[in-house]
Amino acid sequence: MITFPHRHLLGIKGLTEQDITLLLDRADEAVKISRQREKKTSSLRGLTQINLFFEASTRTQSSFELAGKRLGADVMNMSVGNSSVKKGETLIDTAMTLNAMHPDVLVVRHSSAGAASLLAQKVSCSVVNAGDGQHEHPTQALLDALTIRRAKGKLSRIIVAICGDVLHSRVARSNILLLNQMGARVRVVAPATLLPAGIAEMGAEVYHSMAEGLKDADVVMMLRLQRERMAGSFVPSVREYFHYYGLDAEKLKAAKDDALVMHPGPMNRGVEIASEIADGPQSVIEQQVEMGVAVRMAVMETLLLSQNQGPRV
Amino acid sequence: MTRPLVLQNLRIVDPSRSLDENGTIIVTDDGRILAAGKDAQNQGAPAGAVVKDCAGLIAVPGLVDARVFLGEPGSEHRETIESASRAAAAGGVTSFISMPDAEPVIDEIALVEFVQKTARDKALVNVYPAAALTKGLLGKEMTEIGLLRDAGAVCLTNGRQPVHDTLVLRRAMTYAREFGAVVALETRDKYLGANGVMNEGLLASWLGLPGVPREAEIIPLERDLRIAALTKAAYHAAKISVPESAACIRVAKESGSSVTSGISINNLTLNENDIGEYRTFFKLSPPLRTEDDRVAMVEALASGTIDIIVSSHDPQDVDTKRLPFADAADGAIGLETLAAAALRLYHSGHVPLMRLIDALSTRPAAIFGLDAGTLKPGARADIAVIDIDEPWVLHKETLVSRSKNTPFENARFTGRVVQTYVAGELVHSA
Repeated sequence: MITFPHRHLLGIKGLTEQDITLLLDRADEAVKISRQREKKTSSLRGLTQINLFFEASTRTQSSFELAGKRLGADVMNMSVGNSSVKKGETLIDTAMTLNAMHPDVLVVRHSSAGAASLLAQKVSCSVVNAGDGQHEHPTQALLDALTIRRAKGKLSRIIVAICGDVLHSRVARSNILLLNQMGARVRVVAPATLLPAGIAEMGAEVYHSMAEGLKDADVVMMLRLQRERMAGSFVPSVREYFHYYGLDAEKLKAAKDDALVMHPGPMNRGVEIASEIADGPQSVIEQQVEMGVAVRMAVMETLLLSQNQGPRV
Repeated sequence: MTRPLVLQNLRIVDPSRSLDENGTIIVTDDGRILAAGKDAQNQGAPAGAVVKDCAGLIAVPGLVDARVFLGEPGSEHRETIESASRAAAAGGVTSFISMPDAEPVIDEIALVEFVQKTARDKALVNVYPAAALTKGLLGKEMTEIGLLRDAGAVCLTNGRQPVHDTLVLRRAMTYAREFGAVVALETRDKYLGANGVMNEGLLASWLGLPGVPREAEIIPLERDLRIAALTKAAYHAAKISVPESAACIRVAKESGSSVTSGISINNLTLNENDIGEYRTFFKLSPPLRTEDDRVAMVEALASGTIDIIVSSHDPQDVDTKRLPFADAADGAIGLETLAAAALRLYHSGHVPLMRLIDALSTRPAAIFGLDAGTLKPGARADIAVIDIDEPWVLHKETLVSRSKNTPFENARFTGRVVQTYVAGELVHSA
């Protein structure tokens, strides 16, 4: 029997080292399933998963969909265009409507921080946060951790440099929490305009230079910089951003020779990462996608098969 | 430079070493100071040196003018980089920082390089380009601050334009901090006194001209200083004009912010009464204030609250100045008269010579990180030689600058620059 004392996965915050290790161990098993010819199991047969995406995301949504299907669940996708959503009220209304259909797990992506947690208070099934605003994206951090652990054999005492738009990144927040919980050393490397206030107290060493921030790093994790933030608002231009913060062969030299290069996708080639690096031998960006399905299988299986085992957190 | 240079029998005032003594300056054949002071007297002249007797004269580090507007590129009929450099040499200014207010605005690497290349080819003095803080000086999007710095821009400024948007300012200053760039800004409220053309007060009321209240400068300055404290960026208040602004600067300095300030020579030596009957050469931004303000600003300069004096050299032609007062452009030329006008503060007994030269040379070089402002051995031999007691009158015909909009036409001065050296080369003598 699985002992996982959480009903929902709303964030990395609140997970212990044991919780995370358990999820990663199960995900390792799920990787094997995904690599078999027969990829379908029956562990969640008869259960219903609803993917409720208020923010478009082909990649994450299909990853969750595939994960549910490989576990034998019935999966329904609901994409709610952001423009038609009237924030709070509609979110609750939608949640209550869906709840009446008796789903077993709701996978939620929303542009507002705290949306997944609000939903979790209203529905009677498990909720998995697939990204809420600039708050958390726990399954991304878990799949990153799985990718690193499989390549490096451990998470403790490795140096991870998270580079780029930390300010707007839920991926960065979840990763900082998870990596700290697992005993890794976390650095952030970015211009000060792309770092949140108080970043130094969030469990990361702060660097403003790639050469210094990447020095001896085991993992270089690049973040996406959105187009609208490139031209003079948060950074002066694509050219200048790439010059100082884009990952190219020269900057990557500062990291360890066997450092992993990661990116949560979708990438802006030539903005935060050079193509030769994204496609190069140190890149594990494709593995991250594979680990994504495995981690999401592990998360849903764990939540649904251990229900009522602990407090309803 | 081919021959070494020796200047003998002069008084040397070098604020970078707090040195004020009679002595000799020896310059090597590669344009560097070998020695400057009493101890240089007995070293003997290097072989083949040009030896000049400068009895009765004072040598100071060449002046550094941190705020010079040019006409090039875009308005070469007003001033070119070359003509401004000749005006600078005539005034003992051996280095100046050129403002990005040009057409096109200096907000791209290629334009910074254009200014540098033109200066290298044609200028008599050292020209250090400042780059625009925001694209087109529009105050909306930050420029490529890092790349501009790397290209050689010595500071970031929005030129004549204040930055009204606090969010833009915060981000630009936060970003600039990482590149060690000083952000130099003028402050003028977007609404308050927006249509003003001179100091608000009785005089403006009698002249029937709309006024610029002092608060139009103070309010955005206070705002900028808070953003400087928030972002921990190096902030330079480029041209303050009222004692309340100086008080804000003092408080910011005391609280540990990286803040400095400058003042135009015009606001230290002229007041609103000089406008007389709508004389547009006295239409300036910030405007000339009252005599009480002027006196208080001289005190703030003497105490060091105001760090530096700038000429705010701003060439304007008849097309922009020979207009009704309210329609005329702001600005006055000042490179040639900077030293002479500043010496009024020394002769009146209000600012010691050491502090005056500090504010005109050593301090601006330090704030903006220029290789200038000192006569230390090893430094580039940028020297102004001054006859401090020579009386003279400024005649318009003798002005070197391509524009003639000086507020000191026919003014009497005591003290003038008689020789100017840049890297040991004589670039001006009178």
